[in-house]
Amino acid sequence: MRKETWRELTIGTINLNAGNSVVNLTGTWRSGRKPEFRPEHCIHCFFCWLYCPHLAIRVEGEKVVGINYDYCTGCGLCAEECPTKEKAIVMVPEEIKLAERGKE
Amino acid sequence: MKTLKPLNGNQTIAEAVRQIDPDVVAAYPITPSTAIVETIAQFKADGLLKGEFVCPESEHSAMSICIGAAAAGGRVMTATCSQGLALMWEMLYIAAGLRLPIVAAIANRALSAPINIHGDHSDTMGARDSGWIQIYSENCQEAYDNFIQAFRIAEHPDVRTPVLVGLDGFIISHSTEIVQVEDDEEVRRFVGEYLPIYPLLDTSRRFTVGPIDFTDYYFEHKRSQIEGIENSPRVIEQVGQEFGEKFGRFYGFFEAYRLDDAELAIVVMSSAAGTCKDAIDELREEGLKIGLLKPRVFRPFPHEKIAQALKDKLAVAVLDRSSSPGAFGAPLFTEIRSALYDYERRPKIVNYIYGLGGRDIKIEHFKEVAQSLVRIATTGKIESYVGYLNLRE
Repeated sequence: MRKETWRELTIGTINLNAGNSVVNLTGTWRSGRKPEFRPEHCIHCFFCWLYCPHLAIRVEGEKVVGINYDYCTGCGLCAEECPTKEKAIVMVPEEIKLAERGKE
Repeated sequence: MKTLKPLNGNQTIAEAVRQIDPDVVAAYPITPSTAIVETIAQFKADGLLKGEFVCPESEHSAMSICIGAAAAGGRVMTATCSQGLALMWEMLYIAAGLRLPIVAAIANRALSAPINIHGDHSDTMGARDSGWIQIYSENCQEAYDNFIQAFRIAEHPDVRTPVLVGLDGFIISHSTEIVQVEDDEEVRRFVGEYLPIYPLLDTSRRFTVGPIDFTDYYFEHKRSQIEGIENSPRVIEQVGQEFGEKFGRFYGFFEAYRLDDAELAIVVMSSAAGTCKDAIDELREEGLKIGLLKPRVFRPFPHEKIAQALKDKLAVAVLDRSSSPGAFGAPLFTEIRSALYDYERRPKIVNYIYGLGGRDIKIEHFKEVAQSLVRIATTGKIESYVGYLNLRE
């Protein structure tokens, strides 16, 4: 994505492109681990959805269906908060492909 | 109706506020600017102001309210000084960065420690890199005139930058002078209607004010901010000219007093310039070709114009009512010395720090400066670049 020069910016740091945070793929921040969804243990309590700071828990209808890795930063809050005995979300190692990082 | 009134500096600011009637005044009282806020509160209580008056718990909150109100789309002002301005410090940068045309009257006062309530320029000099335009006043009339012009300068579409107007604590803020107060309607017409660009209260558009910038945008936004103050010189000039055409008192970047044919020059801002004029008159009678340059606008610094006015002098003394510990001279000196650097023919130039904590500066002290300028001009030698006036050594 081409970034504006200073002359092209709107006065006073105003951002007219409301809702533009979708273009910032915070998923690129993950460093070495990612949450893995295990639907067989999920009770759909939505704790993970509630605690996720990046709205990266995918929900369809009234069911948790997985993780949106475009925005998941790998913080692990969802796995920590998951209340089931056998966790429905666990953190697993992830190989980082540096070459794919920073593509904007 | 236009009238002559006996008013002190604080009252002239309050009088201008009554005439302009901004949408929001948010201010916290602090000596010696208290009477500005007090008088505005009285005007509000007497039903003379339609705008909101907010007295919050601190100056930090006062400036925060100004920022919120200005972002909402209001015409906004405040008044403070010294520790109050220091407490506003982080918010000053935000007001400038968001390009909000807030106007502040500052009754210049020393900074602690030691605690002192009297006049010097340490407070506004401390805020000199905050991005605000800075205009200084010699007397009550100038404080009134500068304050009215400040709204036009701040709100100009090419500028949109906050402006502070300095009036020396006590010396101006508490001294009563005869002030020409212009007609209410005429002042309102001169200031005109304020048209905010992106008011938050306009809910028909979706936008964000002041979101976070990372390494990829902060630099561009800062450069964009600088453009506002860089655009301001022609606006300051135009507003000063228009003010003169309308009210008979013209304003530029500085005042030159008996400077044209002078060989020696003293540079001094604000109230001390008044005393300096008397000193210049006496020295001229004694046969000394000396003149005064009184800067009015310190930010943006009119470096070319000041250099042009001083470059042919033999020796120049720059008087600063603040110190910059550890620096090579105080703020006004370093600006002027730097402005003269590119001229092949340029004067010898020295700095005097004076008047800290309200210490008097009298005609005899200007004469002391003049004598040292004569010595420098005749010998071509500078004994000391930075001196202190009226200090017990």
